[in-house]
Amino acid sequence: MTWIILAIVVLLVIVAIVTYNSLIRSRNQVENSWSQIDVQLKRRIDLIPNLVETVKAYAAHEKETLDAVIRARQAAMAAPGDPHAQAAADSQVTGALRQLFALSEAYPDLKANQNFLALQEELSATEGRVAYARQFYNDSVLNYNNKLQAFPTVIFASMLKFDKREYFEADEAAREVPKIGF
Amino acid sequence: MVSTVTLSSVMFELIRANRRRSVLLVAGFVAFLVLVGAAIGALTGYGWWGTIIALVISAAIAFASYWKADAIALRMSRAHPADAQQYQRLHNLVEGLCIASGLPKPRIYIVDDPAPNAFATGRNPRHAAIAVTTGLLEKLNRVELEGVLAHELSHIRNYDILVSTLAVTLVGAIAILTDTAIRLMWWNGGRVPRDGDRNNGSNPLAYLGFALLIFAPILAKAMQATISRQRETLADVSACQMTRYPPGLISALEKLRDDTTVTHSASTATAHMWIEQPMSGVGDKGKLGGIHRMFDTHPPLDERIALLREL
Repeated sequence: MTWIILAIVVLLVIVAIVTYNSLIRSRNQVENSWSQIDVQLKRRIDLIPNLVETVKAYAAHEKETLDAVIRARQAAMAAPGDPHAQAAADSQVTGALRQLFALSEAYPDLKANQNFLALQEELSATEGRVAYARQFYNDSVLNYNNKLQAFPTVIFASMLKFDKREYFEADEAAREVPKIGF
Repeated sequence: MVSTVTLSSVMFELIRANRRRSVLLVAGFVAFLVLVGAAIGALTGYGWWGTIIALVISAAIAFASYWKADAIALRMSRAHPADAQQYQRLHNLVEGLCIASGLPKPRIYIVDDPAPNAFATGRNPRHAAIAVTTGLLEKLNRVELEGVLAHELSHIRNYDILVSTLAVTLVGAIAILTDTAIRLMWWNGGRVPRDGDRNNGSNPLAYLGFALLIFAPILAKAMQATISRQRETLADVSACQMTRYPPGLISALEKLRDDTTVTHSASTATAHMWIEQPMSGVGDKGKLGGIHRMFDTHPPLDERIALLREL
């Protein structure tokens, strides 16, 4: 009889260890994927000076658009760390860049410039990466919340200080399509 | 237009269902091997030794090639590494998808071939490689290329190389078993040695065994193809989950369907890894079409497109 009880206890301990480790791994992935979003945002901002210089060589008199891009970049670098401020600054950068690329349509020499084309490709790829980083963050949160809220983990999860995480959601402002003026 | 939340839940469900089917298929395959082993054991009087030895030999061969899967596949297709400057967009797309899936970035290769196609190889995500043909890069636009790359990355993420190695091991084991049994029976002049068997009474299992001897290798090949088709479907759905954009892959598959160039860099041995079956004979509508379809490594493109449209 005691053997059976012992076996059950050992089994429960193993299950508890496995569950705990699984939660830890999931939570760490959530946190890692959150910082990855910042990495991609910074990468985008770092590409801008090069882009501005390339455009200036062909369209120096388009001061307004170029200044808008530079201002947006500075705002993004100075933005406070919280996610909503970051996202708002990021959508400013997106808007300014769209204006810049729309403008480049009028300068065939610029459009043919290899450097410009490479930068254009990099920037659009970086926007993709930011979106994918946010997607991966949300997937990680889903995975973590699922494990957390499943029975029987849910019973002792709060005891062990595991709390539900929030999804990243686009701000209302970011959902608007930036207007391109000519 | 399906909302993103519903799209995700449909896809996650489909992926789970696909994984369940995978497990059932492999389990069924193993059961088949056990059945063949039992029949042959009874037939030849060697019991389970034959099955065990056949399994060990087959596993050794299959896993040796699994270990070196990436090098073998790349050399057979004469692939060369894709330069990051020259193939900037390709590298960028793969990097984006790796961020979306949390996978490490695989090595990227190019195959010089006008037919649009792509494959993935490697024993695990850390030792993986993806190759695309020059034809694919020319013919597909950005979102279509991304869909195809997501499909290939899904093969890596789902450990499909391992699954197909398991299938190949089982096929090999069955082939060795049946082949050896036939030879043994030939040498014995058709008589079956059995312990303590006084009367030459016929054992019903022996008849079953004989039928299995003849049909087992063919059935095994068909089962391997079924597993391969099912993993392809899983990769299609996984790809859409990665990109959250089914139209990209759908459009790519439609272009592949309408393109009639045949891939020359593939062979029967590597056929299963490409995104689209590289050999002619696909889509045969004649009387033998049904039999061809049993051994297809990929589901018909129309079926794949129809499934993805449901998402």
